[in-house]
Amino acid sequence: MIRAVTRRVVTGVAVLWAAATAAYLALLAAPGDIVDSIIGDGADTPQIRAEIISEWNLDRPAVVQYLDYLWRAAQGDLGRSYLLHRPVHDVIGGQILPTLKLAAAAAVFGVLLALILAVTTRHRWVRRASSTAELFLVSTPPFLIGIVLLSVFSFRFGIFPVSGDRGGAALVLPAITLGLPIAGVLAQVLRDGLDRALDEPFAVTARARGLRERAVLIRHALRHALMPAVTMLGWLSGVLLGGVVIIEQVFGRPGLGQVTLQAVGNGDMPVVLAVVVLAAVVFVVISTLADLAYLLIDPRLRRS
Amino acid sequence: MTLALPRPVARRLILRPPRPGIAAAAVVLALTLTAVVWPSLFAGDPLAADPLHVLEGPSAQHWFGTDQLGRDVFDRVVHGARHSLSIGVAATVIAVGAGILLGLCAGLTHKYADEVISRGFDALAAFPLVLLALLFIAIAGTGTTSLIVAIGVATLPHYARVVRAQTLIVRQAPYVTHAVAFGASRGRLVLRHVLPNVLGPIPVLAMIGLGEAILVAAGLSFLGLGPQPPSPEWGAMLSESRGYLHIAWWASVLPGAAVTATVISLTVIGRHLQSRFEGRHQ
Amino acid sequence: MIEVDNLRVTFALGKKRVEAVRGVSFEIREGECVALVGESGSGKSVTARSLVGLAGPGAGVETDTFTVAGRDVRGFAARDWRRLRGRFAGLILQDALVSLDPLRTVGAEIGEVLRVHDIGDRRDRPHRVQRLLTDVHVPEPERRARQYPHQLSGGLRQRALIASAIAGGPRLLIADEPTTALDATVQAQILRLLAERHEAGETLLLISHDLAVVSRLADRVLVMKDGRIAEAGSTRTILTGAGHPYTRELVAAASGRRRATTVEPGDVVAEATALRKVYGDRTVVKDFGLTIRRGEIVGLVGESGSGKTTVAQLLFGLAEATSGHVRFEGRDFSGVPERARRPIRRRLQLIAQDPLSAFDPRWTVRRILGEALGAGESPEPILERVGLGADVLDRYPRQLSGGQRQRVAVARAIAPRPSLIICDEPVSALDVSVQAQVLDLLAQIREDDGTALLFISHDLGVIRDIADRVLVMHDGRVVEQGPVQAVFDHAGHEYTRALLAAVPTLEVAP
Repeated sequence: MIRAVTRRVVTGVAVLWAAATAAYLALLAAPGDIVDSIIGDGADTPQIRAEIISEWNLDRPAVVQYLDYLWRAAQGDLGRSYLLHRPVHDVIGGQILPTLKLAAAAAVFGVLLALILAVTTRHRWVRRASSTAELFLVSTPPFLIGIVLLSVFSFRFGIFPVSGDRGGAALVLPAITLGLPIAGVLAQVLRDGLDRALDEPFAVTARARGLRERAVLIRHALRHALMPAVTMLGWLSGVLLGGVVIIEQVFGRPGLGQVTLQAVGNGDMPVVLAVVVLAAVVFVVISTLADLAYLLIDPRLRRS
Repeated sequence: MTLALPRPVARRLILRPPRPGIAAAAVVLALTLTAVVWPSLFAGDPLAADPLHVLEGPSAQHWFGTDQLGRDVFDRVVHGARHSLSIGVAATVIAVGAGILLGLCAGLTHKYADEVISRGFDALAAFPLVLLALLFIAIAGTGTTSLIVAIGVATLPHYARVVRAQTLIVRQAPYVTHAVAFGASRGRLVLRHVLPNVLGPIPVLAMIGLGEAILVAAGLSFLGLGPQPPSPEWGAMLSESRGYLHIAWWASVLPGAAVTATVISLTVIGRHLQSRFEGRHQ
Repeated sequence: MIEVDNLRVTFALGKKRVEAVRGVSFEIREGECVALVGESGSGKSVTARSLVGLAGPGAGVETDTFTVAGRDVRGFAARDWRRLRGRFAGLILQDALVSLDPLRTVGAEIGEVLRVHDIGDRRDRPHRVQRLLTDVHVPEPERRARQYPHQLSGGLRQRALIASAIAGGPRLLIADEPTTALDATVQAQILRLLAERHEAGETLLLISHDLAVVSRLADRVLVMKDGRIAEAGSTRTILTGAGHPYTRELVAAASGRRRATTVEPGDVVAEATALRKVYGDRTVVKDFGLTIRRGEIVGLVGESGSGKTTVAQLLFGLAEATSGHVRFEGRDFSGVPERARRPIRRRLQLIAQDPLSAFDPRWTVRRILGEALGAGESPEPILERVGLGADVLDRYPRQLSGGQRQRVAVARAIAPRPSLIICDEPVSALDVSVQAQVLDLLAQIREDDGTALLFISHDLGVIRDIADRVLVMHDGRVVEQGPVQAVFDHAGHEYTRALLAAVPTLEVAP
């Protein structure tokens, strides 16, 4: 147990280090002068240039620059956006809440819908219809789903606001848009897992005890089907983080996605790098949670 | 934003597509391919604007209607196939090539090297594709090349993981042990037994993966990070016309539908081939 | 108790329907023990499962008469069946590691029967579970009930599975290959437990591929072949004066037959001295020594985990011994790089348990044999020696039957004219009738070519039939060795005696 935790922590630190380093190398690799890259499209004065040189230690040896960058990044200091004249963590911290709300709502919606689809559509045409719908969901660009929802529910019927982040109603359509493709993929994984588990000998034994098919499904097969779904937690976090960039754009919501898009558009490198490091943090947290979930579900993995 | 089926799922095939579905998918694919190779066969100039006929609904003359500049949406969708597919194909070629190499490396090397490479795949696979593409674009500037490289790098772990897993299985397979009994050298083992058995499923995986790459490319173009207007790329078209959504749904929804149709067709045919392939090996 | 007339079961395979059971009629009377014996694909499992309405998904079941406990079950709805299951009939499957839900505790699995059928008071159920575990002789029932199947030994697991089958107090126990995945000594214990249940008044339906396993327990035997009952009768009639040729074949295969070919041993082919293998902190092979001479068949016997497979890997040069030495044809075979072994590699061959995985799935038989044969040699003569025709040459291994595959494996092994073949459980995955044929073939090859064989098996019967000498392994150590007859007749070591006593033999119940 302790070994597993140590291993997980070491891997996590390694991933974070790799992400920070990759981001740093990306900054170096960007064409042109590094000071230009950091300024981006911001005001370019000799005074700001001097500030950047001292902040990034550009007058010191490369190794010192790198180590200093790592040290500051470890403390949560990811530099300054010269475009917005604010520290990067302020820029990100100010926008993280609406994005978290959206991601969480989409994840909950997607996972619940997937569970319901996989468990309730087991036979004949219902199953076939659900599978086809799932195929459409995973093959349709999410922005198209968003646009269709928007045109029907906001423009046509005016049920939900067209854009912005005011109140719960504004969250509904974006969360559905982001959650539907997730539901599509997870439902297929779960259904497949259920099919496999129901073919196993222990399912036969359970039926031979006089259990209802539904009870065999819920009490026995579902836990087995959850294992491959847990494997996809990492994938899920990636979809959510990447998806918000597009969904926020479609629905005109404020959030990290908008910040990132603007930063890329204006060449605001410190912000871009910070987002990359943040994504790495999310990955580490999620994969740690996934490992814990495995232990919770499968006693065979709990080695004393 | 990797929204197509992740590899382990696709490999196990849940939905066996019905026969009419397969036929329809084949037709769509054939049409798409024709559009890529020879768009002028059934479509006119995608850039010809007609200010007198803007945002007109679908009609006999303009099957898919016209957009805000009076361009024929059908012509643009047909010509867009080349843009969207070539990005997808190029990215998939990069991903498959690099994936096979890295996967073989991981599968054939020592425990620790394998561990490092595999963890790398995990992190890369979970890293948001859109962010990765944005990082590339932030460094190298907007353009189709950045887009292709970014999608290629981001989808590479799919192939690398399959190749690695297969390599580990084949390496341990009793028939490789038997080849040792005939004095086969390491290089011979890899070339004659490991490689052919590992690469078998790759073409079909690549076909399904191509759908995913197209989907992602459309998403990035939608954000304005791909081919620039007035190029008729499907995602970019949707983005351009989306301001007119409430009065002219066709100008944005139909290009999006083209993406869906292509991706579904690739997935359906890919899974069909996969089920036949697997059936043959059981 | 059960009466079935003309039972037919079909399964959908694509658009076609495949017949698994084609008109089977039998009856089981209260208090009887009936055995259903047949080889793989004979339809015995499907028949047994049909009795509790669990023939399988998509199965079509038709009968002329079908009564269970005096009730006509042909019009049974799902809920009627559910009331029978667990309460009237309990089902025991092979291998409790997968037949009990691996994600739930043993206690939860057993308790589920009580809960479903609402047996006893809810608060009393944990005690009932423990009592059931005690009934099947599981020590420390309180602790075991809280454990998961993987934390229990194979024998305890199987007992727990039986406890869950008898929890609802069923009158009929259906045991489908209940001992197949178990070591011989554990197998004997489980059979004893089933006999105990039978004596306590439960009716038993035993399903097995092995006539010897069921012979001591069963009152009557039904022999199944190709979805039909080939022969039915009392155990005594079946074992002694069986009428159907197929039954005679089964009886012969189960009773064993010495392949009496004695070849004078020649020069030393392979020699292992003081082999020791350590994995982590476990020593899996301790002080193993062996000399094999030309023309000898040496049996290496032991239960799972005894270290016999590791010995095979060490001898074959797949794993390097922690200490000790292997010599083959007078040359060092251990402690040298693979390059040094390569020139004599073809002189040492291998036949594995599962022939299918031993062939590259993309290769035809022709190509497989081509790798083994020298340049310009044609594969037909070697195929003829193993009793196969040239028609298999262009087929893939997956298109062959189990017996044919193992023959191809033998052909590949003998093609380079090796001096020693290591056979690792070569017949364990085969049906008994095919087993006998492959053993005949191996004995013939030793006689013709003077090839030495190291025959590794958990099955003492097989070793007795073919080996000249035998080594018995237990916990990584050779506990006894000597000529087969001497070891079998006067086993010196306690473990060997336990192993011999556990071997099921064809005997009619007293």
